[in-house]
Amino acid sequence: MPVSNTFILVLVVITALGFDFTNGFHDTANAMATSIATKALSPRVAVGISGVLNLVGAFLSLAVAATIASGLVDTKLVTLTVVAAGLAGGITWNLVTWLFGIPSSSSHALIGGVIGATIAASGGHAVLWHGLVSKVVLPAVFSPIIAALVAATGTYLLYRISRSLTEAARGHGFRIGQIGSACLVSLAHGTNDAQKTMGVITLALIVNKSVPAHSNAPFWVILSCGLAISIGTYLGGWRVIRTLGKGLVEIESPQGMAAESASAAVILLSSSFGYSLSTTHVATGSIIGTGLGKRGAEVRWNVAGRMATAWVFTLPSAALVGAGAEALAHGIGGSTGVIIDLVILVAVAAFIYLRSRVNKVDHNNVNDDWTGSDAPAEPQTAAA
Amino acid sequence: MSWINLSALWKIIVFGLLAGAGLPAIFAMGLYSLSKGPRVQTAGGGDSDGLVGGSVVGMAVAALCFLVVLAAIGWGIYEVYKIGHPAPAK
Repeated sequence: MPVSNTFILVLVVITALGFDFTNGFHDTANAMATSIATKALSPRVAVGISGVLNLVGAFLSLAVAATIASGLVDTKLVTLTVVAAGLAGGITWNLVTWLFGIPSSSSHALIGGVIGATIAASGGHAVLWHGLVSKVVLPAVFSPIIAALVAATGTYLLYRISRSLTEAARGHGFRIGQIGSACLVSLAHGTNDAQKTMGVITLALIVNKSVPAHSNAPFWVILSCGLAISIGTYLGGWRVIRTLGKGLVEIESPQGMAAESASAAVILLSSSFGYSLSTTHVATGSIIGTGLGKRGAEVRWNVAGRMATAWVFTLPSAALVGAGAEALAHGIGGSTGVIIDLVILVAVAAFIYLRSRVNKVDHNNVNDDWTGSDAPAEPQTAAA
Repeated sequence: MSWINLSALWKIIVFGLLAGAGLPAIFAMGLYSLSKGPRVQTAGGGDSDGLVGGSVVGMAVAALCFLVVLAAIGWGIYEVYKIGHPAPAK
């Protein structure tokens, strides 16, 4: 039935681009949270620049897309339904963590969803466990530690070298440096994260035999993924920006620059090796590193602990949702199953969106003082 | 096939430190030299926060530092592009 296959393929591509959108939305924080927190950039300018650079970054490398498309699951055993169910799992987990302001990994949500759906459909042997562990799980463990090490070293050096500068000169100078380094993080984000969606769409194309196995992402895939992630970035996930910029460590501009340089370097290096690491994990590691590198700085370990917990649960939780979606779609059967999956997904997304309006975090109140919760204490005053 | 690609791991750590901590440090040195000179801490003027000290040598060194940082970033991005777009095997 080639007609219905094409129809499902189109649905899968749209869903994947939807995921890419939430990915940008969720991860604006990684690049811009610290610049917004130190007021180096105004919130709106920050998300605008970040959106454009994400688009540019999408064209920079294809190594990660190749990992996702051909390195994680056996493309011969995966169907379009499985890809759709996996996407449903990834998006659901992404939206739930966004609602709670937790910067969990969009990449792990996506990969978890696809793997869960694959296991539900064909069993564990369809998963390329070696690729999963060596290119996803181990980098997830190492990358925040490396980022923290680099950021702590950078923070120490920056304060040491600039100690004779006046407070005002230091603030001014490093705010400029911070803008540059934040731009590099946005670029790196486009390079690493837009590629994950490219990988999934390429996987769908391979599964549908529209392109041969082990193909690179076609140009229209690169372009549409870049656009989706940059629009999502521009609209901004103010909730996560708040947690990262205000909740974890109180940040000064030298620390902001050190954190962003560390994130950009680690993400770009790892992407070029094809490691699909989480930009969220790296950015969080870097911010904690800047807290460790400056004497007297305070790291809010309880916030960090809450994030780490979310990270550990991300892969398995998204996998469970993905498996559930696959079971449902398979139970109903055919394209109807896929459509029902996606309808449920849209309903969940709408519910979470409405729920998020209750205590809104946006560009007006994103920098209010941290009171121990994701939303500022008096949302009513900021809602205007 | 090993689980950990040690050669990639050490490259990420070493180049990560060089680019992620070294380049900001060079930028900081640039700021340091820029602040040297007679205009330090003078009241009034256009740039009263002491970022630009006014020494010619200081400004030249600062410009050199900033150029090194920009060049390194450009080269790094080019390398990533090159690695990420392998020439198709024929």
